[in-house]
Amino acid sequence: MNWQAFWLTVRLAAIVSTLLIAIGIPIAYWLTNSRWRWKFLVEAAVALPIVLPPTVLGFYVLVALGSRSPLGRWWESLTGHTLAFTFEGLVIGSLLYSLPFAVQPFAASFGGVDPSLLRASASLGHSPVQTFRRIVLPLSKTGLVTGFALSFAHTLGEFGVVLMVGGNIPGVTRTISIDIYDQVQTANYSSANCTALLLLIVSFVVLSIVYGLNRRPWAVGPWR
Amino acid sequence: MAVKAKTKIKTAPARQTAPPASTYPISSELEVRIRKRFPNPEGTFNLNVHFRALAGFTILFGASGAGKTTLLDCIAGLSDPDEGRIVVGGEDLYDSEKKRNLPAWKRRIGYVHQDLALFPHLTAEENIAYGLRSLSATERTSRSREILARFRLDRLRDRRPAQISGGERQRVALARALVTEPRALLLDEPLAALDRPTKSSLVADLSKWNQDHRIPILFVTHNGEEVFALGDEVIVLDAGRIVAQGPPHEVMRAPRLETVAQLSGFENIFDATVVAQHEDRGTMTCQLESGRVENDAVELETPLVRAEVGSRLRVGVRAGDLLLATEKPRGLSARNILPGTIRQLEQRDVIITAMVECSGAEFEVHLTLAARDALQLAPDKSVWIVVKTHSCHLMGM
Repeated sequence: MNWQAFWLTVRLAAIVSTLLIAIGIPIAYWLTNSRWRWKFLVEAAVALPIVLPPTVLGFYVLVALGSRSPLGRWWESLTGHTLAFTFEGLVIGSLLYSLPFAVQPFAASFGGVDPSLLRASASLGHSPVQTFRRIVLPLSKTGLVTGFALSFAHTLGEFGVVLMVGGNIPGVTRTISIDIYDQVQTANYSSANCTALLLLIVSFVVLSIVYGLNRRPWAVGPWR
Repeated sequence: MAVKAKTKIKTAPARQTAPPASTYPISSELEVRIRKRFPNPEGTFNLNVHFRALAGFTILFGASGAGKTTLLDCIAGLSDPDEGRIVVGGEDLYDSEKKRNLPAWKRRIGYVHQDLALFPHLTAEENIAYGLRSLSATERTSRSREILARFRLDRLRDRRPAQISGGERQRVALARALVTEPRALLLDEPLAALDRPTKSSLVADLSKWNQDHRIPILFVTHNGEEVFALGDEVIVLDAGRIVAQGPPHEVMRAPRLETVAQLSGFENIFDATVVAQHEDRGTMTCQLESGRVENDAVELETPLVRAEVGSRLRVGVRAGDLLLATEKPRGLSARNILPGTIRQLEQRDVIITAMVECSGAEFEVHLTLAARDALQLAPDKSVWIVVKTHSCHLMGM
């Protein structure tokens, strides 16, 4: 059992899903409220990681992070090293990879808030931003938890993007799924099984929490 | 432009009863002159209204689809008119010429919608305090406690909307709008879902509140009773236009227009032509335009009004004022006894609605279940309709 890889993966997933709350909320808010005619293109782009082979996504992220791209050069001038094959690079790749798993539950729950509540809030003197903070966000709690948990679980198990962007550097970019792959390659099946089982259990627990929360209407839910 | 032509009639300020002694001497006035076109299932809907409402209740009366809610949405700033002007208490909320359009949240217009829209995650007290954002926490508490007491909601303070009854929710929604001391109040059928006692106690609370805070209250309803209970002034809206305005007893008891007649309970409305006047008898004869050949058209003896022979008018008859007989009645004071055939019988609750055709004119007649059974009424049966002269209400066209 490679605990180093395990904790690295948990750290990656926690950072990525937390950042996705901050990034995903504005994107989801825009997707819910925008009437722009080309909005569907943005929706498609956000959903792309769901269907795209992780290697394809990983490849383009690697190119974008490399020293030939403007982003890569800017980062290099700032820190002195490239983003590729680093933990930071892994975070960026994972953010893109798990983006739809955060944005879609967020957008669904924002869109599910009864519009008459928003109208009432406006009539009671609240600007759209205040309304969002005091009405939409509190009523979207389960959607936010779902998005957080799904992007957490999704990042936990990612393989292709990590391999492409991060390589396989122990303690830096070797995540748990890569570790399992390595163990299988070296015919170390019992160790692979142990790690795989842990990943299975953690993922199951996370998803159980999500579905357990969604099962209950919030009014009698755990938040009172 | 149509607006100009209409302003002549509609700009007359709403008539008010004498304002009671008030702690708030400043009374605001609401003036609305807007046009809005929007597509709806039947094509394009045109809202085109101009009216003024003084402090007190002004009833907006009309069938569903008349544009009442759209009008309120425009005043609240939740929907944009195409052009016009909305002024409350001297301030422009909307003015298409000055390109001014205050967002809803800056308008200070209270709006209680039929679906109430209480915030489900907040308690009754938090709902009420919601609109007092700009006040200090202590003032917020004292103001919301005050109105909680006023609307007898104290004991529900910490309950959520899901945990209180329909009538109580209505009270909370009303209190939530009133506590902000809005410059005008819009109520979109706030009493529709309530039983009668709850309704009247809420109306009493609202009227009492209104005596202390003289602001214009626009009250939407399609319930005729509420019009008489509340209204200082009634505006009748039909297909986006104001078709009548005035004190309730004038507008509702003397319907001049078909929409008003329908809303006020005339199930039978016919276009008719005056064919003879009998000044000695105080009556006149009107021929109904039933679409059939002239010579067997239905003639009704109606009360005499000042109308020349040959002029056209409308006759309204309540379905409940009509009698049916299976044989030609004799020795009856009623002047109109018309032969007809039952086309359709339909039971609604404990009332039988019979559609009876008399030479092309179709009458709706309301009967009791017992009457149907006693007379053995059935479709295609020949009957006589009896119409009293004074059951015929005449309306101009």
